[in-house]
Amino acid sequence: MTARDEAALPELLRDLAPRVLGAAVRRYRDFAAAEDAVQEALLAAAVQWPRDGVPENPRAWLAEVVARRMTDEARSAAARRRREAAAAGETEPIAPAADAGLDPEGDDTLILFFMCCHPALTVSSAIALTLRAVGGLSTAEIARAFLAPEAAMAQRISRAKQSIKASGVPFRLPDARERGLRLKSVLHVLYLIFNEGYTSSAGERLHRVELAREAIRLARAMRAQVPEDPEALGLLALMLLTDARSAARTGSAGELISLSHQDRSLWDQAEIEEGTALLTAALRQGAAGPYQVQAAIAAVHSQAARVEETDWPQILALYDLLRPMADNPMVELNRAIAAAMVHGPAHGLVLLARLEEDARIAGHHRLHAARAHLLEMAGDAPGAIAQYRAAAAGTTSIPERDYLTAQAARLRGAGLL
Amino acid sequence: MKYILMMNTMRTGEGIPNWPHQDLQAHIGFMMQLNRDLHGSGELVSAEGLSFPEQGRFVRAGKDGMPVTDGVFPEGKEFLAGFWIVDVESADRAYAIAARISAAPGAGGVPLNMPVEVRPLMSAPPPEML
Repeated sequence: MTARDEAALPELLRDLAPRVLGAAVRRYRDFAAAEDAVQEALLAAAVQWPRDGVPENPRAWLAEVVARRMTDEARSAAARRRREAAAAGETEPIAPAADAGLDPEGDDTLILFFMCCHPALTVSSAIALTLRAVGGLSTAEIARAFLAPEAAMAQRISRAKQSIKASGVPFRLPDARERGLRLKSVLHVLYLIFNEGYTSSAGERLHRVELAREAIRLARAMRAQVPEDPEALGLLALMLLTDARSAARTGSAGELISLSHQDRSLWDQAEIEEGTALLTAALRQGAAGPYQVQAAIAAVHSQAARVEETDWPQILALYDLLRPMADNPMVELNRAIAAAMVHGPAHGLVLLARLEEDARIAGHHRLHAARAHLLEMAGDAPGAIAQYRAAAAGTTSIPERDYLTAQAARLRGAGLL
Repeated sequence: MKYILMMNTMRTGEGIPNWPHQDLQAHIGFMMQLNRDLHGSGELVSAEGLSFPEQGRFVRAGKDGMPVTDGVFPEGKEFLAGFWIVDVESADRAYAIAARISAAPGAGGVPLNMPVEVRPLMSAPPPEML
């Protein structure tokens, strides 16, 4: 096996994982057991293929291992059933249908996405199960990615599988009535995985699976499953346009750098181009949704070679479009900042003051941070310093606290106080 | 979201050493069941009990960088007896676990209602800074 093949191996296995699993669930009609069997097959492949070479038909090889494992399981279960049936005077259960194991419409990956992101699951369970069953990651890898003990992650996954079993979700596509809502929860889960990876990339996290990259890979897979859905396209575009800035997002000491101070030459142009092209395609499909609009906002930022060239009126117009789609005070907060960039800080501060009446965000540290930013723009350094400090006291992130503290220190150091 | 739940005990003692054996057993059983439940729900990151404060030392670096230890803690009203780190869906869930800890049974099975300090562990920053 060449070094190149070896480097591509994890990717190959992860791509095969949902297809092998889908076939196994169809054939054996037991999601939880099939999922365990597929994990074992992936593990066996990861050990044997680098040594013996990739088999001619990797998918069939994995399916074979899964089948063997399921047969072992079934044998002991069947023996148990036979004993019970004999005792009850019953005959053998009927054989599975002849088409069991086939995926006539190629929907397995999509069904798995819907299943793992089922609204009956807690969000953290849905995330873990999606990464394992659709993403083909091991429990240990997922645990490391979320800085959680492997035992806790294993419990979370097993409980998620129990919930699926208990809720009796059939292994088929949701009907048309349900589809829109279920699609939304899949995209939400993928978005959360991306955010977890993107936001925690600061600092030394050498042993973590690249969650942002994994989320992009899954979003590509999802998009291929629902090519007609503009929001799936919009989400992928949003991830690419955001990820494009990741190298510029932190400084040499791991400190956060705000969008306005980033070295834009570090932005990944290939990702920006791909994201922009996808977004254009999505918008052409009509029916703009929140992911497309957020992607559009990211695209406008990415078009400005220097921060001074940012098209703020355009960004403000996009936030106006986003408002009715998402009843979210964070959107209002970001809109207030865009409005301040267009109409001046006094205008933005009035909008922020109104947000204090919204219990969901009143007193939130991001509200203090936004106010600090606008007060600084307005030339009120003492006010800005006080707000930066209040924001620093309220955050639950060390890099953010460092950033906010540094902003206050910078203003003090500038001799404005 | 991860939270640390810090269980504080009165220095003068809920009088643990003087509890009847069965009350002590009930207390230990309660804590073990709690940990089993948290493990089973996939929420337990870690849990540790701490020694009595008599074994604690304050340590500072001396001029040569070597440790300088200071005797036992001065008498305080309360001390940290143990902590849990949990990974939960919401702050309310963390508070619910803390309330369960607080109500651990004491002498005669009466809930101790110990103060439990709940604080979020620091996590990732938002995607974008202003």
